[in-house]
Amino acid sequence: MIEIRQLHKSYRTEALSLHVLKGIDLEISSGEYVSIMGASGSGKSTLLNILGILDTYDSGEYFLNGTLIKNLSETQAALYRNEMIGFVFQSFNLINFKNALENVALPLYYKKVSRKKRNIIALEHLDRMGLKDWAHHMPNEMSGGQKQRVAIARALISNPKIILADEPTGALDSKTTVEVMEVLTNLNSDGITTIIVTHEPSVADATNRIIHLKDGMIEYETRKDNGVHIPTPSQKSQMV
Amino acid sequence: MFDLDRWQEIWITITHNKSRSALTAFGVFWGMLMLILMVGAGNALEQGIFSQIEGFATNSCFFEAERTTVPYKGFQKGRRWNITNSDIPVIKEKVSELQYISPMLFSESNDKNVVRGDKNGSYRIKGSYPEYDLIEKSKMVYGRYINDIDIAEKRKVCVIGERIYEVLFQKGEDPTGKQVRVNGIYFQVIGVARGTSGVSIGGNTTESVVLPFSTMQQAFNQGNIVHLLAVTAKDEVPVKKVQDQVTEILKQQHQVSPDDKDAIWTLNIEEQFKMFNYLGIGIAALIWIVGLGTLFAGAIGVSNIMLVTVRERTKEIGIRRALGATPRNIIGQILSESVVLTVLAGLLGIVLGVGLLRATGIVLSQGDQFFKDPQVSFGMAVGSLIILIVIGAMAGYIPAQRAMMIKPVEAISEE
Repeated sequence: MIEIRQLHKSYRTEALSLHVLKGIDLEISSGEYVSIMGASGSGKSTLLNILGILDTYDSGEYFLNGTLIKNLSETQAALYRNEMIGFVFQSFNLINFKNALENVALPLYYKKVSRKKRNIIALEHLDRMGLKDWAHHMPNEMSGGQKQRVAIARALISNPKIILADEPTGALDSKTTVEVMEVLTNLNSDGITTIIVTHEPSVADATNRIIHLKDGMIEYETRKDNGVHIPTPSQKSQMV
Repeated sequence: MFDLDRWQEIWITITHNKSRSALTAFGVFWGMLMLILMVGAGNALEQGIFSQIEGFATNSCFFEAERTTVPYKGFQKGRRWNITNSDIPVIKEKVSELQYISPMLFSESNDKNVVRGDKNGSYRIKGSYPEYDLIEKSKMVYGRYINDIDIAEKRKVCVIGERIYEVLFQKGEDPTGKQVRVNGIYFQVIGVARGTSGVSIGGNTTESVVLPFSTMQQAFNQGNIVHLLAVTAKDEVPVKKVQDQVTEILKQQHQVSPDDKDAIWTLNIEEQFKMFNYLGIGIAALIWIVGLGTLFAGAIGVSNIMLVTVRERTKEIGIRRALGATPRNIIGQILSESVVLTVLAGLLGIVLGVGLLRATGIVLSQGDQFFKDPQVSFGMAVGSLIILIVIGAMAGYIPAQRAMMIKPVEAISEE
């Protein structure tokens, strides 16, 4: 599903150049449940933005579902985002003057689905998130957990291949964190590739594969085996 | 373009941000209202002025003898002279571009000078040729105007103004053939005339008695004197040309120095009319400059607030981009919002402006004639709509460009 080779990314300002990603090699298969961990500044959000075609990279290669994602026009990028990727953000990023239903339906608007049809689909997705009764509430009338579930419904509405979640529980308390993680875990068991950026070990532990980033490089990976994360052998040897 | 869904999306964005939209739209609404009101007022003024001139030959000019101011051929300056009957055939013969000519005599409105039985009134008396009716057009309520036979036979007949008829006769009574005493002499009424123009020479026709010129000269012992000479030029001939020729002939005929500029008083209606025309054009130009300026200022306001709005909506736009909006979607959205706001606000301005003008028109309809029927044309309204769409698109262009530059990743990470 995702294949990355020697990915480099720098942020340049006039004064300095910040080398954020220093050659990442990564392969994520379809249906995987992956988290990316690392200290702040390790490049995990940058990596996620590149995976989500929200940001560009300097060198290397990124294949998404077999397509090379490089030098895309904005229009092309918008199309891929719309078709393949669902985003979940730390601060929910709901549009505050639209109600829950309209927020969820928005990706389908850009897919040119008729209003009637997309509202029906959006209501189904809200129902799945247990928010049917909140369809006509504005974001500021909802709790953090509810907002995040609206955001997840919105991410799902265009039937994406991948869900990219950037600190999805970062603004939530521990109880709602568990709820949201349950939702994401259920999605993954439905077969959607799910990638979560987090710095909370409890969140990462829920996933099947943890990629540890440090200073723009992959430090090591762990995979869940019988419910316990153990470092993969090949990565272990690199560590030594 | 006519995707209903897109308009619904824009409509939701506009209506969910009511105060912002209202603020944005107000400038254009105000500009359009001002433009409509001013154009309406300008039209009314023009209508008023031209309705005054209407019914009066604009290709006419008038001559009157004044005292000479230059000594000539042994005559001292300050000499009195008169235009006389004998000048008319000379002018007719020599000025080929002459259309109509009518000599005129006037008599002041002495106290109760027009009498019928026990009814009387004070009115002005004019003597003229039939041709004068072609210069200052009058509508005949009863009977006919003076004709050539009246002139030739010096018939003692008269045309009375409609007001005089109302004073001297019963309502509905046929006055033709009845006798009326004018300045002590009886004349037979042959017609009742109503003045159609706001402009008149020697008193409004509605309140004057018109006699055949020859009859009046003889009856009131005026010899061969002509008080005023009215002349029109043929179509397509500048009145100035005829005016100059007639002036020259009159000077030759009466031993007035060719250099004497003040011995003949002349009035060129064509030039007066032109002046009114220029005045009208000037007023219209001023109105459009000020009106479009106001509208433009409104558009700049829209553009400004849209710019601020785009900055405020950076995050929203970023989210839309992340969810699959193309740059074209975003440009389209901002431009459409701008156009929709501008057009709606402008239409509101047009409707309110037209309504106000209509109301003013009703109030004024009985009143002042110099301000008549304030309205704007349908074409002007449609033109304004097109201007509004263009202005809206222009106002939205820079903000839309700015919105397109927003990178989703920057917008979303902005907290």
